[in-house]
Amino acid sequence: MEPSDHLFRREAGRMVSALTRIFGVHNLALAEDVVQDAFCRALEVWRMRGVPDNPSAWLMATARNRALDILRRQRTANNFAPELGLVESEWTLAPVIHEILAADAIQDSMLRMMFSCCHPRLSEPAQVALILHILCGFSVDEISSAFTSSHAAIEKRIVRGRKVLSESKRLFDTAVPAEFSDRLPAVQRALYLLFNEGYRGASPETSVRLELCNEAIRLIAILLQHPLGKTPTTYALAALMALTAARLPARTDSSGNLIALFDQDRSLWDRARLNDGTRLLELSASGTELSGYHIEAAMASVHALAQCAEDTDWSAIISLYDSLMRIDPSPIVALNRAIAIAQRDGPDRGLDAVSAISNLDRLAGYPFHPATLGEFELRSGNCGRAREHFQIALARARNPMERHFFQQRLTACDRPNGRLATSELWEPNLEPSQVRDSVEEH
Amino acid sequence: MSEFVFLYRGGARDRSPEQMQQVVQKWTTWMKDLEAKGHLKDRGQPLERAGKVVHGKQKTVTDGPFAEAKDVVGGYTLIEATDLSEAVELSKDCPIFEVEGAVEVRPVMKLNM
Repeated sequence: MEPSDHLFRREAGRMVSALTRIFGVHNLALAEDVVQDAFCRALEVWRMRGVPDNPSAWLMATARNRALDILRRQRTANNFAPELGLVESEWTLAPVIHEILAADAIQDSMLRMMFSCCHPRLSEPAQVALILHILCGFSVDEISSAFTSSHAAIEKRIVRGRKVLSESKRLFDTAVPAEFSDRLPAVQRALYLLFNEGYRGASPETSVRLELCNEAIRLIAILLQHPLGKTPTTYALAALMALTAARLPARTDSSGNLIALFDQDRSLWDRARLNDGTRLLELSASGTELSGYHIEAAMASVHALAQCAEDTDWSAIISLYDSLMRIDPSPIVALNRAIAIAQRDGPDRGLDAVSAISNLDRLAGYPFHPATLGEFELRSGNCGRAREHFQIALARARNPMERHFFQQRLTACDRPNGRLATSELWEPNLEPSQVRDSVEEH
Repeated sequence: MSEFVFLYRGGARDRSPEQMQQVVQKWTTWMKDLEAKGHLKDRGQPLERAGKVVHGKQKTVTDGPFAEAKDVVGGYTLIEATDLSEAVELSKDCPIFEVEGAVEVRPVMKLNM
């Protein structure tokens, strides 16, 4: 039998989380060694004998035996996790280990690990890198190529993250409601950033980006299984992920170039994910909580409901941006609101809305600000001014994908009468999130 | 047809989970291919990296073999091929070369008795 996609990587996350509960978080490196050993063994046996019927169980059993060996050899379980402190006899050791490595318990261990990775002493990018490394089984190289960061930069984040983790006495205790609720927003935020790195990130590899999105969706599903985790806000975030990820199949062409929301072939959108997202969005409306995730999910749902780009309910989008400006105001949200206004009322109204943005100076260096102005000018037929704006945008492009995008827009400025077919209209960013991150960079 | 033993030596262990899974998948494909073409006499067995070495008249037992990691035999397979050069060609598709490993191709002695 063939192991399913990314089986090793996913099992790595499950196994490290579970073993960390056995060995204690200060022995994270030991847990990782045991997992690495189990994989080496699997490789050596499976390459000769073929993959067993239940590869996950095989891996887990191999890791369990190795863990028992180590615990027996040490004979001082007190050096390990506090949970094992009471296990004094050989007779009780094996059942306790079995219990920790049972499927339900592993889900819980992963959740504990997720919360532990979102330690307040770690920066958000470090939290995300740590989650990818420990829970999703990505190597430092794989993370740095997904983020188009240097190996050294990612390694530094992970080393620091592991240090902070090791210094905590135990994994985060998900059974204490007050602590759970305190840490929950950070966990949601990290998963949101992880998802966005996949959806809008810098990796030129579509498959890499897809994987990051899938990981975020997989992890939030674990959060939704915990009674304290399934808050309306978590549902909203999960809805946002599902509704947005549904568009992934239509979002890039065969050479990996971005296709704007308006030019996407909507028949390629993933129906199952859209339905899932709609269901999650309904569940998110069960309380009085209204988060930014609720609003972004609602926007994604407005787009999902439109049969074609022209059918988009712009008034609904604008009023959602108004709500977002009340909850979480930023010049980027305001910029996106201006785009929605231009979409409904024409490019001149859009330009007015951009000039009305307060603290516009915070967008210095942000390429989509000039790109938006360029788009409005182009649609008013002012090709010369549009070209100037796109040139500034091009100079500010942060990755090859953006560069390619702005070059295309410059080419569009060379059309004789500046009139463009609707299908060529490009919405720089109707989706607010990318952007909030880049504001933080400034 | 003659028989040959492939001895698999070395192979880097410091791979990410994803890379290791890819290695396993490549081996599966390779073995299947050998089997489909009638070259696979016996899949063979993986071997533990270390055991004991017994030697000398005194039958001294030591831990070992302490070869360099790149030389340690990790398993063997029994192959059927027309001659040594075909067996060598067959070994060249082995995924072990992607992880800095080696294949030793040894003809099984033919006894004409």
